[in-house]
Amino acid sequence: MTGDTRHQNALLTLEGMTKAYPGVVANDQVSFSILPGEVHALLGENGAGKSTLVKMIYGLVKPDAGHMTLRGESFAPVNPAAARSSGVTMVFQHFSLFNALSVAENISLGMDNPPDRRALSARIREVSHAYGLPLDPGRIVGELSAGERQRVEIIRCLLQDPKLLIMDEPTSVLTPQEVDILFETLRKLTAEGTAILYISHKLEEIRSLCEHATVLRLGKVVDTCDPREKSARQLAEMMVGDTLHVPFRESAEPGAVALAMSDVSMTSPTEFGTSLRNISLEVRKGEVLGIGGVAGNGQDELLAVLSGEGRAQSGTIKLADEDIGMMHPNARRARGLLTAPEERLGHSAAPDMSLTENALLTGSVREKLVKRGFLRWGKTEQFARKIIKDFDVRTPGPDNTAGSLSGGNLQKFVIGREVLQRPDVLVVNQPTWGVDASAAAAIRQSLLDLAHHGAAVIVISQDLDELMEISDRFTALNEGRLADPVPTQGLDVETIGLMMGGGERETAA
Amino acid sequence: MDLGQINPLLLLASLMVAATPILLAAIGEAVVEKSGVLNLGVEGMMITGAVVGFAIGVNTGSPAVGFVAAAAAGAALSMLFGVLVLYLMSNQVATGLGLTLFGLGLSSLIGKPYEGMKAPSMAKWDIPVLSDIPVLGPILFRHDPMVYVSLIIVAVTWYVLTRTRAGLILRGVGENHDAAHALGYKVIRVRLLAIAFGGACAGLGGAYVSLVRVPQWVEGMTAGAGWIALAIVVFASWRPWRVLLGAYLFGGITVLQLNLQAAGAAIPVEILAMSPYIVTILVLVVISLRGNHGAPGSLGRIFHATH
Repeated sequence: MTGDTRHQNALLTLEGMTKAYPGVVANDQVSFSILPGEVHALLGENGAGKSTLVKMIYGLVKPDAGHMTLRGESFAPVNPAAARSSGVTMVFQHFSLFNALSVAENISLGMDNPPDRRALSARIREVSHAYGLPLDPGRIVGELSAGERQRVEIIRCLLQDPKLLIMDEPTSVLTPQEVDILFETLRKLTAEGTAILYISHKLEEIRSLCEHATVLRLGKVVDTCDPREKSARQLAEMMVGDTLHVPFRESAEPGAVALAMSDVSMTSPTEFGTSLRNISLEVRKGEVLGIGGVAGNGQDELLAVLSGEGRAQSGTIKLADEDIGMMHPNARRARGLLTAPEERLGHSAAPDMSLTENALLTGSVREKLVKRGFLRWGKTEQFARKIIKDFDVRTPGPDNTAGSLSGGNLQKFVIGREVLQRPDVLVVNQPTWGVDASAAAAIRQSLLDLAHHGAAVIVISQDLDELMEISDRFTALNEGRLADPVPTQGLDVETIGLMMGGGERETAA
Repeated sequence: MDLGQINPLLLLASLMVAATPILLAAIGEAVVEKSGVLNLGVEGMMITGAVVGFAIGVNTGSPAVGFVAAAAAGAALSMLFGVLVLYLMSNQVATGLGLTLFGLGLSSLIGKPYEGMKAPSMAKWDIPVLSDIPVLGPILFRHDPMVYVSLIIVAVTWYVLTRTRAGLILRGVGENHDAAHALGYKVIRVRLLAIAFGGACAGLGGAYVSLVRVPQWVEGMTAGAGWIALAIVVFASWRPWRVLLGAYLFGGITVLQLNLQAAGAAIPVEILAMSPYIVTILVLVVISLRGNHGAPGSLGRIFHATH
C-alpha cells in the first residue's frame, strides 16, 4: 500500500510530531499513520524516542509541534482520560497497577465511568473469558503472576472498546506460553478492527505479529517496512543504522572444573519463590554454560545460592576445590565468584546512588576500593569511569544516578562492573533483558571474551536464541530441578522443549 | 488502696472523652497516609487547633465556633506542609517535624493572653430515650456533641475509603503514585485535599483538649497526643475501625490509670503513667502481627511528575 492510500484510510495519522527536552530532541518531525485492524510495530533502540511518542498519543506528554488526526478529526488529548474517551488506550511497560488493590479496583481506576462493583466484576469475568485471559476480579493484584498482571492491564483497556491499543514491551515479563496467549488475543482484537501500536525489542515477535513497522532512530523516522518480509537481522540493522555486530566465539578447549555444585537444595526465601531441589552441575574454565527455563522455575534462587545471598549446606558448592557453600557474598567475591542478578533496579544496582557508589558496592573487595575501613573515592571513580568507557555506557558521567540510565545502559554497566573485576566464575541472570539489539550484542560479546580468557561463565536466560548463540553447553531449570547439561551444538528444539518441561530426556553423550 | 472508689460506669463514660482528641487526630492522619503522605506535624497542628479553638471560643463565647476555627487553623497549617512537600518536594519527615516545632511555638505565642482563662462550657447532649437506658445510657449517650461528631467522621471515612470512587482514587494515589499519574489522576490535588482533611481533624482534636477535656489553655497541653495518634495509625494498619479501637484503648487505659492513682494503688506512679502507651503499642502490635500491614506503597515517597 502506498503512503497516500495509507494516509487516506488511516485510523490515526501523526504529522510532524516534535518534542524536545533540555539537551535532547526526543522526537523530531515524526509522521506516520496507523490503519484500522493493523498491528503496527514501532522499532528503535533504547532512547530512540518511542516512549515519548506513545506518551504524546496517550495524552501524557504535550507535543511541542505537530498534530494528530484520529478518524479524520483533529486529535490533541490533554490528558489520558481524553485519549481514553477517544478510544486510545495503553498497556504500560512497567505495569501501572496498584498492588494492594483488587483486580476489579485496578480496572475501575483505569476507566472513566466504571459501572458499579457487581456489574464491573461480571463484565471482567465475561470479557476476560471471551478473550481467553481468565481473571478473578476479587484477587489482590500483588499476588498475581506477571502474566496475570498484564491481563489486568489488557482487560482494563478492552473494557473501554478501544480503537487503538498501545502496547509498550508487553512480552518482556511473559513466559513463552503467555506470549502465545497474548498474541492470540491480539489477533482476535485486530480481527474486530482494533489497531495495535506495538513496541518491542524482540524482533522475532514483531516479525510474526506485525504487518507494518515504523523505525525510529534518534527521534526521527528513518524507515518503514513490512517486518514479515525482513529478517530479524535486517530489522536490527535498520534500527541501528549500521551493520549489526554478531558476537563470535573462538572455540577454546575447556579447562579444569571451576565451579561444582553437588546435590544442592535450598528452600526459597520468598513466599512465592521456587525451592531448589538436588541441583548438581559443573562448569569448566573457558566454558559458557547456558541455563534456560521459564521464569519462576528457580532462576532467582539459583543465582542467590551461588552469590551467597542464600546459603547451601557445607560441602555442596566448590569453587576450585574450596568449599564455599556457607560463605558470605564478599568472601565468595574475594575468591573470584561474581554474580549479576536479574533485577537491575534494586538488586544489582541501587537506583538512587551514583554510578561511582554502585561500582563500589560489588567492586570494593576485588578492586581494593576500601582501605582500613575508609573508602577510596578516587580509585572508585576511576573504576566507574573504566566501566563506562570499556562498556560504552551512555551517561554524562559517573556522578549520575543508576536510576537515570536507560535499561540497556544500566545493564551494560552492571555486567561491565563484574567483568572488569576479572572473575574466575561469573554468573549472570537475564543479561540482556529489555536491552536493544546492539547493546545486547555488546554484552554477549563481553561474556564470550571473558570465557575466552579462561573464566567460567553461567548465563541464566529465558531468551533461547541468546543461549544458543553464546553457550557451549545447555541445560534448563524446571520447578527447581536442573536437567543434565548437553552440548549446544546440534541441539534441536524438541530436546530443549523436553528439558524445559522437565520430561524424560536423552542425555547426549 | 480502695478500688471500690472506682466507678466502672464513670470510667467507661470518661473513656470516650479521653480518647476523642487522639481519635480525631488519628483518623485524619490515616487519610493523609492512605494518600501516600507522611505528615509528622500532627502534634503541631493539634496544639495550634487547641489554642485557636480556645481563643475563638473565649472571644465568641461559643465552643462550636471555636471548633470550626480550630479545624480551619489546622487545615491552614497543614497547607503550609502540603505546599512544601508536594510542590517544593521537601523531605516529608523533616518538614513534618518542623511543622510540629513551628506549631508548638506559634501556639504559645497566640496563647499567652489566654492563660488562666476558662473555656465556655459545652452543653452535653442527653440523647432522649437512649440516654435513659440503664448502664449503657450514661456510658454512651450523655456526651458532648464532638464525641458523636468524631464517631461520625470515623464512619464516613471508612465508607468513603472503602465504598466510593473518591476513596478508591485516594487509595490508588497512595498505593502507586506513578501509576495513578499515568492513568491521568491528579496526584498532587488528591494529596493536598487529604492533607487539608488531616489538618482539620488534628485541629478539632486539639480544640477538644482545650475546650472540653481540660478545659483551659496551658502551653504544650496536647502533651504528645499527636505522636500517639501517629503510632495508632501505623499499628491500626491504616484501617478506620482499628484506629477507633486503638484510640479508645489508649483513652481507656489513661482514665483507668488516673483512677488507680487516685485510689492509691500500690503501683509506682511512673509505671501507671506509662501504661497507656505500653498497652496500646502491645495490643496493636499483636493485631498487626497477623496478615498484611497495609502500608500504602507510596507512603513518604516524593512524587515527581514526569512532564
